[in-house]
Amino acid sequence: PRSAGDTSVLAGLYGPAEVKGSRELPDRAALEVLLRPKVGLPGVAERSREQLLRRSCEAVVLGALHPRTAITVVLQVLSDGGSLLSCCLNAACLALLDAGLPLATLFCGVTCALGAAGAIVLDPTRRQEQEARAVLTFGIAGAEKKVLMATTKGSCSVEEMQQCLAAAQRAADAIFQFYRDSVWRRYSKS
Amino acid sequence: MKATPLSNCERRFLLRAIEERKRLDGRQCYDYRNVRVSFGADRGCCIVELGKTRVLAQVSCELVPPKPNRPTEGILFFNLELSPMAAPGFEPGRQTELLVKLNRLIERCLRNSKCVDTESLCVVAGEKVWQIRLDLHLLNHDGNIIDAASIAGIVALCHFRRPDVSVQGEEVTVYTPEERDPVPLSIHHMPICVSFAFFQQGTYLLVDPSEREERVMDGLLVIAMNKHREICTIQSSGGIMLVKDQVLRCSKITAVKVAEITELIQKALENDQKVRKEGGKFGFAESIPNQKITAFKMESAAVDTNNVEEQAEEIITKADPPSEVFAKPILHTPGTAQIGEGIENSWVDLEESEREEAAEEEGESEVTVFECQKMETEDTSTVRETKKDEPIVLSDSEEEEVVILEPEELLKKTRTQTSSKQENTSKKAFPKRRKKRAAR
Repeated sequence: PRSAGDTSVLAGLYGPAEVKGSRELPDRAALEVLLRPKVGLPGVAERSREQLLRRSCEAVVLGALHPRTAITVVLQVLSDGGSLLSCCLNAACLALLDAGLPLATLFCGVTCALGAAGAIVLDPTRRQEQEARAVLTFGIAGAEKKVLMATTKGSCSVEEMQQCLAAAQRAADAIFQFYRDSVWRRYSKS
Repeated sequence: MKATPLSNCERRFLLRAIEERKRLDGRQCYDYRNVRVSFGADRGCCIVELGKTRVLAQVSCELVPPKPNRPTEGILFFNLELSPMAAPGFEPGRQTELLVKLNRLIERCLRNSKCVDTESLCVVAGEKVWQIRLDLHLLNHDGNIIDAASIAGIVALCHFRRPDVSVQGEEVTVYTPEERDPVPLSIHHMPICVSFAFFQQGTYLLVDPSEREERVMDGLLVIAMNKHREICTIQSSGGIMLVKDQVLRCSKITAVKVAEITELIQKALENDQKVRKEGGKFGFAESIPNQKITAFKMESAAVDTNNVEEQAEEIITKADPPSEVFAKPILHTPGTAQIGEGIENSWVDLEESEREEAAEEEGESEVTVFECQKMETEDTSTVRETKKDEPIVLSDSEEEEVVILEPEELLKKTRTQTSSKQENTSKKAFPKRRKKRAAR
């Protein structure tokens, strides 16, 4: 499970595994992301987040190495204290890493909240998100920190978006270091 | 995903081991696995681990009108979900028999035992009552889902706090958690399910079967009991025939186990209460133990964002400016305008069909614009008066015989009283649509 402050997401991954007939892709793995909220049945918001996550993961996973298989990523929200989408992204990446699936690069998610005066807050809490003028989530991939996914809520200027993106790229450094340390620790006793 | 079937040699091995009173994980026949209860940051959220089986429970509440035949009682709603991450065989959106059976058992155990006092959930009789919703998610399936789920359910219900409400005559005030401390639910007793698996037509009995043992068992007996030794629910499934003293023996075992588990639950609830009162950190982030090799914690790290503005400005100046937007619209005739060039018509290029097509498109597009703008637009295919109060008669202008009239005839038509500026904007939208059809 991946916890950031009060936000916790548990990720489970099955794959590459057998796939039912219609979903089978002849040249690559069929990736599916399921996001389950804590309360209630999954609704439209969950579906749209699932698609965002799915496209981000598909861009990174080397699906061509496992044709005609299915990879299923299941994310369960344990608690939501803000920055949920980036927590899901990080959890998905760690799950892919732990399962040993071939990835082109690592990726991570960073959320920025823009205050009324233009102050950037990274990894905002739920209250900060509600009070912000705009909330931007970026998926950052690889050592070159390329933008894998960007989604915004609210309005901001082009300059502000570029500033948030640059800040997110800095934060990605810390997150990638965290990945490396946790993987090192996990396998250090074998 | 498909679940891997159980091989015959594995089945034989398990049955032989059970005959020799040996279990795969080294337990005795009547031993339970380790039960661990951890709480989340929200009230009413907990995770219960029974060995490797994990269940997440969350309780939430809402004010709703009551059921018509029970106007003074609150509503309880239970939902158990088998998450696809629990086992490879679980697929989303499939209502399996197992899911229905588990849901029914949970409902009987928690609702029919009347462990939660529903009368106390009433706010205004006949109008507003609390609806308590319990969501259970199975996170990992290693056998004995029902026990873990029942423990998680009752713990979450005990842990939950609902907002305080005061009724003064006709006025009802719901206080936020900041104004007044939330109030716990009134719980009479804690029913807990204990499962027994039977093998070889009832000869051998195991308490708390693991997933492998569940696959080879003949039948299952579930007894829900509280610490006062009252049986709340009992269910025997699988078609095994049990003798009376077997059932009595099972209920005695249940009483012992339930007492142990209830004590454990009380201790966990007290611990959590203490931590919350002292203002310590709580939530799943804290309860995942640090010492495990698979757990890793990083404190909140400051990120250096000093030169972010300069970096961002550089990027913007180096980037190409966005391409030019369309120029002004060109007004051909009153009623027809054009923005941009549009792309070549890629359809087969016959002159007549092109003209007819254009006529058809124009007629159709006008109709669509009319529909979406809800303004009266002119139908260029027929001469008609477009006074504001008259209803628009839409002729069937979608047929191919329709031809564009001469521009002079368009001038004859009376204008509507909507300003010409508005007409212009509606016309602006129209050619764009036209281009779309041409480009199709």
